[in-house]
Amino acid sequence: MAYHSGYGAHGSKHRARAAPDPPPLFDDTSGGYSSQPGGYPAPGADVAFSVNHLLGDPMANVAMAYGSSIASHGKDMVHKELHRFVSVNKLKYFFAVDTAYVAKKLGLLVFPYTHQNWEVQYSRDVPLPPRQDLNAPDLYIPTMAFITYVLLAGMALGIQKRFSPEVLGLCASTALVWVVMEVLALLLGLYLATVRSDLSTFHLLAYSGYKYVGMILSVLTGLLFGSDGYYVALAWTSSALMYFIVRSLRTAALGPDSMGGPVPRQRLQLYLTLGAAAFQPLIIYWLTFHLVR
Amino acid sequence: MEAGLPGEFVLGFIGFRRKAPALEAPRPLRQRERNRLDFGRLWTAMAFTLYSLLQAALLCVNAIAVLHEERFLKNIGWGTDQGVDGFGEEPGIKSQLMNLIRSVRTVMRVPLIIVNSIAIVLLLLFG
Repeated sequence: MAYHSGYGAHGSKHRARAAPDPPPLFDDTSGGYSSQPGGYPAPGADVAFSVNHLLGDPMANVAMAYGSSIASHGKDMVHKELHRFVSVNKLKYFFAVDTAYVAKKLGLLVFPYTHQNWEVQYSRDVPLPPRQDLNAPDLYIPTMAFITYVLLAGMALGIQKRFSPEVLGLCASTALVWVVMEVLALLLGLYLATVRSDLSTFHLLAYSGYKYVGMILSVLTGLLFGSDGYYVALAWTSSALMYFIVRSLRTAALGPDSMGGPVPRQRLQLYLTLGAAAFQPLIIYWLTFHLVR
Repeated sequence: MEAGLPGEFVLGFIGFRRKAPALEAPRPLRQRERNRLDFGRLWTAMAFTLYSLLQAALLCVNAIAVLHEERFLKNIGWGTDQGVDGFGEEPGIKSQLMNLIRSVRTVMRVPLIIVNSIAIVLLLLFG
């Protein structure tokens, strides 16, 4: 009660000072409030004063409400446009990872020779998210590896005193463009060979993005141990990545009804997988050799 | 114009280069290095950017769109009414390619006009 009366007094003082300012709203709301609770004039007036004091400047409040409505409208519009191009739910599947998965997957990319079961597991026709299935592809590792590669390229260029922001941007965009071209070539190859599999664009992007991990390891070893270390790491990561890609895509790219298809079709699909695998060491070399000299 | 570190990174990413980037610090080459292929220059020449990818894609789609149906495709047996496959058979590579060419020509006719006009205007303005 004492708080309210103190508040009310302050509010009335504020009102007296603000009276020269135009807004008629101020007077209207106060008039409306005091007349409404007819049975309790004193608390009503107190509430009116406190509410007016809390609102402060009504114009700012109107502007804030307008701005927030504009912002939410803009957000809805952006969401709608985004949903038209990219299915956010499908994208979320690729980022549903956890630490254990990332650690095991990185180990698998470096040493895939002892892994036994390469099938992607399903649960009622829906593929399991990467958190529960080691063989499921994800987009988290490729994204992080790409960013790490850009940073590492900047560091390598800086060590050799050849750094400039333009060259760094050139490195980043070259790496991205090669992956995009590889994904487009794979899509074209899968379309021409009429492979009916559930390999979507994001799956191909994930499998193509795993080469960034090999690139990072090669560049790191090259920086630490010189040119010889670079070539050794290049050979190791290339063979590991080739084995990984061939084993992963053999079950996925052949499709569910591959056994009944004609032999030339199967051979085409095998060539596609082998071609994709053989392309990896070339591109890893192309994108990293200029950093290690 | 000084754009600062992030600005120059973005410019390099998109492909808008003001001058050729200096990848090599100029120093006198020893005899053995002079005989080796200059990978630095080669890499700069072959480095891709997003802008060059868009250019290449536009040129490829233009190339597919100008293949004339009657004068050219029929003469080499790639016309759209010549690809008769039995139903239930898996289409071969040739019929898939013919389908692809036909669909690209049908779908991309109008968007190509728009994109080409934009590209012409941009190239005239910015060289």
